[in-house]
Amino acid sequence: MDTALILNFLNTPWVFLIWTTFLKSFILLNLVLGLVSVTVFAERRVSAFIQDRVGPNRVGIPMTLLGGKKDIFLWGLGQMIVDPLKLLLKENFQPASVNGFYYWLAPKLVMIPPVLVLAVLPFGSSLFGVQMTIADLNVAVLYIFAISSLSVYGITLAGWASNSKFPFLGGIRSTSQMISYELSMGLSVVPVFMICGSLNLNKIVDWQVENGWLVAPFWPKGFSVDLLIHHPSAILSTFQAGLSLQRGLLWIPLLISFVVFLVSIFAETNRLPFDLPEAEQELVGGYHTEYASMNFALFFLGEYAAMLAGSGAIVSLFLGGWSCPFIPDGSQGWIWGLVNILVFFGKISALLLFFIWIRWTLPRFRYDQLMKLGWLGFFPIALANIFITALILAYIKH
Amino acid sequence: MALIVNRPKLSLAERCYLPAIFSGLVITWNHLKRAIFNKGIVTMQYPEQKWDANLPDWYRGAPTLVADEHGKDRCVACQLCEFICPPRAITIKPMEIPSEDKWKKVEKRPDEFDIDMARCIYCGLCEEVCPEQAIFLRKDYSITGLSRADMVHDKKTLYKLGGVRTGLVFKWNELK
Repeated sequence: MDTALILNFLNTPWVFLIWTTFLKSFILLNLVLGLVSVTVFAERRVSAFIQDRVGPNRVGIPMTLLGGKKDIFLWGLGQMIVDPLKLLLKENFQPASVNGFYYWLAPKLVMIPPVLVLAVLPFGSSLFGVQMTIADLNVAVLYIFAISSLSVYGITLAGWASNSKFPFLGGIRSTSQMISYELSMGLSVVPVFMICGSLNLNKIVDWQVENGWLVAPFWPKGFSVDLLIHHPSAILSTFQAGLSLQRGLLWIPLLISFVVFLVSIFAETNRLPFDLPEAEQELVGGYHTEYASMNFALFFLGEYAAMLAGSGAIVSLFLGGWSCPFIPDGSQGWIWGLVNILVFFGKISALLLFFIWIRWTLPRFRYDQLMKLGWLGFFPIALANIFITALILAYIKH
Repeated sequence: MALIVNRPKLSLAERCYLPAIFSGLVITWNHLKRAIFNKGIVTMQYPEQKWDANLPDWYRGAPTLVADEHGKDRCVACQLCEFICPPRAITIKPMEIPSEDKWKKVEKRPDEFDIDMARCIYCGLCEEVCPEQAIFLRKDYSITGLSRADMVHDKKTLYKLGGVRTGLVFKWNELK
């Protein structure tokens, strides 16, 4: 076997598709799980700062345990490794009264959906001509809704299989909460499809690259890096020509969609102020009260991975995906492809920080307020929003 | 008497939450900003920073034995502290001072004096009961050890921690 033959084999279209997909999945999965543990650390540190505390700032690398002279001080960054390690080393205790099969199944059902959602997120433009989406689905957004609604089964099963009243209450709360908010979440993105004309996340991002981010339409059509460098005199005229009344008016329904979608993602991922399924003060630990060790860690990771996947969806749908003004896409060279990936993860990190910030600012909703907000607030707003968008699209053509 | 709780009428801005959420976010952001630059943090980072200077005079730390101004034991091994100690942390092995000794009049001194710090509850009864003012509670609070045996303070440690106290008890004085 000579190398030319192997290279030729690797370049045949279907083989190329398979190995690049595996490579992309592997890298993205590791990147995201790494980011999850960074998020857990960031959550502890930021929460501490917000409450005028210090937070975990000690754990470094214990070289003295390994025979070294001095510990390596890392400003507490070692906590990212130590926290999961602790959970791995704990005894995986199963209470006597639980329903074994579902008890073990539930944590996996919570962890899997957010990871599956990652498959359709366009996390970069292209690198060496390979599109940076694992699966370029035509129905990507529907796929996200379909998959992310499955994670409620894990929580409900955990509550039921634990055979204990507090997890059961948590599971029930979670079910009704997720069902209520899924509705307004689904409706809130309909205006996006009406404007972009596609359910494919890649197409939606491409539309935003061309016409400006959906929540910030300040990037008129025809604007490009090339124009800025080579034709500075034409900047103003292109800017004016690119602005349109339709785009300006559409900003209003899009902002409403964005807020509704953002809040629904908070509710879907059980983050404060919507963390009623695990309200510590009322339900001990909520649906994962009876879990320990790695089973608990899967719930924990699942929650953070869902946050990450949700942020990815928000970024792709409303915040321009991997695009950043004045930065070309991956077709201009691999370095720009890498920058695009960095931009995407930078946006996700900013959103995660926002999630954390909100958590340590707002108190929890009362349950009836939560339901009222979902059914009497967001549902009608999201529904009316669709009609507003339709009217603007139909009657204002400029 | 029925208590009537007045429900204030909320304005539209209050009912749609967002302005209140925004002002809340501003408050937490300011705290975050200050804390990142190490200002306004209320945590005291214990082993590096200590509260020792602010301990009150009546603070009850580890019980210790003290020597008098001549460097002699104040303890006469009367064992009152051993008997009063609620968790029985104190063990004393008394020793008689031999008759040919210059200090025969003192009669007894402790041969061994152990305080098990794993049992001590820092109640201060030993200090209160001591007729010779030989045992005092000092301000040491961080008593650690790697084993139970490490946690037992013997006579030497107790004198080292206790130091010297000058004062009323004069039994080692030849004139008295």
